[in-house]
Amino acid sequence: MTPALQAIGITRRFPGVLANDRVDFELERGQIHALLGENGAGKSTLMNILYGLCQPDSGEIRVNGRPVKIASPHDAIAQGIGMVHQHFMLAPPLTVAENIMLGQELKAGPTRVLGGLAVLDRRTASRRIRELSHQYGLDVDPDACVKDLPVGAQQRVEIVKALYSAADILILDEPTAVLTPQEADELFVIMRGLAKQGKSIVFITHKLREVFAVSDRISVMRAGQMVGSLAPAEATREKLAEMMVGRKVILAIDKAPAHPRQPLLEVEALRVADDRQHMSVDGVSFHVRAGEILGVAGVQGNGQTELAEALTGLRKAVSGHIRMGGRDVTRATTRHLIESGVAHVPEDRQKHGLVLSFSVRDNLVLCAYYKPPCARGIALQFPIIEEHARNLVRLFDVRTPGTATPVGSLSGGNQQKVIVARELSRLLSHQADPAGPPPILIASQPTRGLDVGSIEFIHRQLIQARDQGAAVLLISAELDEIMTLSDRIAVMYKGRILDTLDAATATREHLGLLMAGVLRGDDAGEHAQPAQQITHGDVKAS
Amino acid sequence: MKTATIGPAGSRVSFRSQGWITVVVVVAGLLGAWVLLNAVIGGRCDQTCVVGSLAQALRLATPIAFAAFCGVMCERAGVVDIGIEGKMLMSAMTCYAINLFGFQLLRDSMGAEAAGSFSRILAVCLGAGSALLLALLHAVVSIRFKVDQIISGTVINILAIGVTGFMYRAFLAENLPAGPGTFPIISIPVLADLPIVGPILFQQKPLTYVMLLLAFLVQYVLFFTPWGLRTRAVGEHPRAADTLGINVFRVRYVNVLAGGLIAGLGGAWFTLEAVDVFNPLMTNGLGFIGLAAMIFGKWTPFGALAGALIFGLGSSVTSTVSIFRPDIPSQIPQMLPYILTIIVLTGVVGRAIPPAADGQPYEK
Repeated sequence: MTPALQAIGITRRFPGVLANDRVDFELERGQIHALLGENGAGKSTLMNILYGLCQPDSGEIRVNGRPVKIASPHDAIAQGIGMVHQHFMLAPPLTVAENIMLGQELKAGPTRVLGGLAVLDRRTASRRIRELSHQYGLDVDPDACVKDLPVGAQQRVEIVKALYSAADILILDEPTAVLTPQEADELFVIMRGLAKQGKSIVFITHKLREVFAVSDRISVMRAGQMVGSLAPAEATREKLAEMMVGRKVILAIDKAPAHPRQPLLEVEALRVADDRQHMSVDGVSFHVRAGEILGVAGVQGNGQTELAEALTGLRKAVSGHIRMGGRDVTRATTRHLIESGVAHVPEDRQKHGLVLSFSVRDNLVLCAYYKPPCARGIALQFPIIEEHARNLVRLFDVRTPGTATPVGSLSGGNQQKVIVARELSRLLSHQADPAGPPPILIASQPTRGLDVGSIEFIHRQLIQARDQGAAVLLISAELDEIMTLSDRIAVMYKGRILDTLDAATATREHLGLLMAGVLRGDDAGEHAQPAQQITHGDVKAS
Repeated sequence: MKTATIGPAGSRVSFRSQGWITVVVVVAGLLGAWVLLNAVIGGRCDQTCVVGSLAQALRLATPIAFAAFCGVMCERAGVVDIGIEGKMLMSAMTCYAINLFGFQLLRDSMGAEAAGSFSRILAVCLGAGSALLLALLHAVVSIRFKVDQIISGTVINILAIGVTGFMYRAFLAENLPAGPGTFPIISIPVLADLPIVGPILFQQKPLTYVMLLLAFLVQYVLFFTPWGLRTRAVGEHPRAADTLGINVFRVRYVNVLAGGLIAGLGGAWFTLEAVDVFNPLMTNGLGFIGLAAMIFGKWTPFGALAGALIFGLGSSVTSTVSIFRPDIPSQIPQMLPYILTIIVLTGVVGRAIPPAADGQPYEK
């Protein structure tokens, strides 16, 4: 059988980088083909070439065995190739139907002669969208506004958009990066259904678990080259990780037993409201001791974001107390908290962690630029800032062309390393001084969207911070991450901590039940509502 | 028919119910303005005065509405256009000159009446064409060369002031021959005889009718046609449009040029409908007020028309007041439309959100 899509010897050079080096890729009909690789391995470049967003310097593309030239997305669509981009290509104020029919609008009957100024046939478009969503099991309401939809539903809109343009080949670029584990599982069901009905799917990811969950074939790219292609049965996690990174990767992190000491961070009956004045943290109490990692597990949207914001002074608590090193800091400002020893790796690194247009070295002194040694009086001490940056870039293995490079042009993994470098270096300097402020690290989703190599690195850093006596609060939606790193695990559900378990004895099943709001034993019935209602509360417009 | 739905979760307030709120606000505003006006001028504003004020309001709203439609066309595609003022000024000057000198050339061969009509229509076309040239400059500079759109618009304004000022001093200041005058009032048969509505809506000059038709046309194009959908998509998320094979640059060029033509019609109003002279700077900031009307109308043509009418009414009330009460400084009633705008923008209609990609050059 001829493959649905074939790329032969694709080479593409960007200034200074060989993004694709004689890459061969083959996609069978009805196959889900996972394309693995670290950030910057060339996966996206290859897919952008297949979708006509950039042109190869050499090489050939064949669709159903026929050589084709794909000079623009227009050509790709005509060849039956559809792409779901990592950052959704949807205009939020427009309706689902408008977003989907954009570019291939249906025109109503006799007005067709007017061309671009004909009357839009919204009714037929809506009907076709409903048919498609029915046929492939994608729940999509054509009349809803995209901005009212949760992320999972927006992704379904993207898939319907590709199907609407009669795509037989779907390229999904890191589709799970923005999804909760539950939403990801739903997506896999949809992908299976699509493949069963003859669609061929390229699934780009760097999460190993997902590859085994859904793919029929796995190809791995590294540094612009295709390293290999194998069936899931032949692959193991360790083998794939090694192919991606090019060396042995230790997936299970060795960590010594914790030696917790006095509590550094104490939270008591904390209540925090979200933007809509809903009490999203509702009476939470816990403590984190020096030298331990407390993991906060839970489906996203159960109050973790607000909790982290309250602990770092970004959001005011409604009631309750936060104590750090014994001092009450409930009403403290963010700068005060930073100076009293809190390091924060925020959930959204681009929005809250970095100033993207600033250079690496400026981002590295965002917490310290105003005081000696970075500043003397009103003058910044550039040589000191530069030296500081050079040290951290080396110490934390930030891959950047230079310290003056804008942080926005680095890859996600390296951006996160810049944040981790800034925050952890402050902790380290605190620890050197026994009379200094208590070292507390609050890390929210520290590895979201990162590649294996960066994840490994950041995990090590967190453990190291713990071993040097910091109190680490790790908030993550990745259960694997929580289970590998934590010494104790607290599960958040609807703004409360349902239970705190010892990480050594906690099981995946038990944690999963808690995340869904089910307590074992006597009071099981009380919280028996499934947690899914929170994440999948799609706004249905009538 | 869909009815107004305000869901229990308040998820979506439909367009229709918002429309009603707007209508109520407008009616209340009109009544309030009338009561206030009567209080100021001592109850002397009878029906004739009200009808006269409203008809004049529509007249004065015409250039503002044209400017606002130009703004809507450009900004919906993601190009900020603050050069509307300059385009209108250029068109006003061109129209006046073409009308005057065209008439001189044609009068002997065609007769005064025909030459007048012909030269006025030719003037509108060439006036719009002159604005189109400025729009082309704005488009090339801001779309092709990705210059900051505010700067490009400012350049257009300054350029237009310079060129028209020079032309005025060189050719249009003195020793002018007699011109054919402005467009005559056209009464629409039957409709013009309706009580109240007739004199307001159907005894106007042609460009005012064109403006009203254009409100419907632009509304239709933006919200009911493939082109409009593409325009809105390009203004909100150009990359999304690009990945669907839409030529973002082409959409922006066409919209900016169409906006230029519309602004040109607005400029024609000054010298072909309002007065039969050209003065430097005679557009007097109405291009900018058009942008305010556009924001007031949340980047929709109907909304922009409503905004323009409020400003028109403000000016018309001002002149009524100054006739009856010459002792009141004219600046005080002139504040009325702006105060009303602030009130409406802050509270009743809600916050106006511009297209997401408004003002951002698109880089492939």
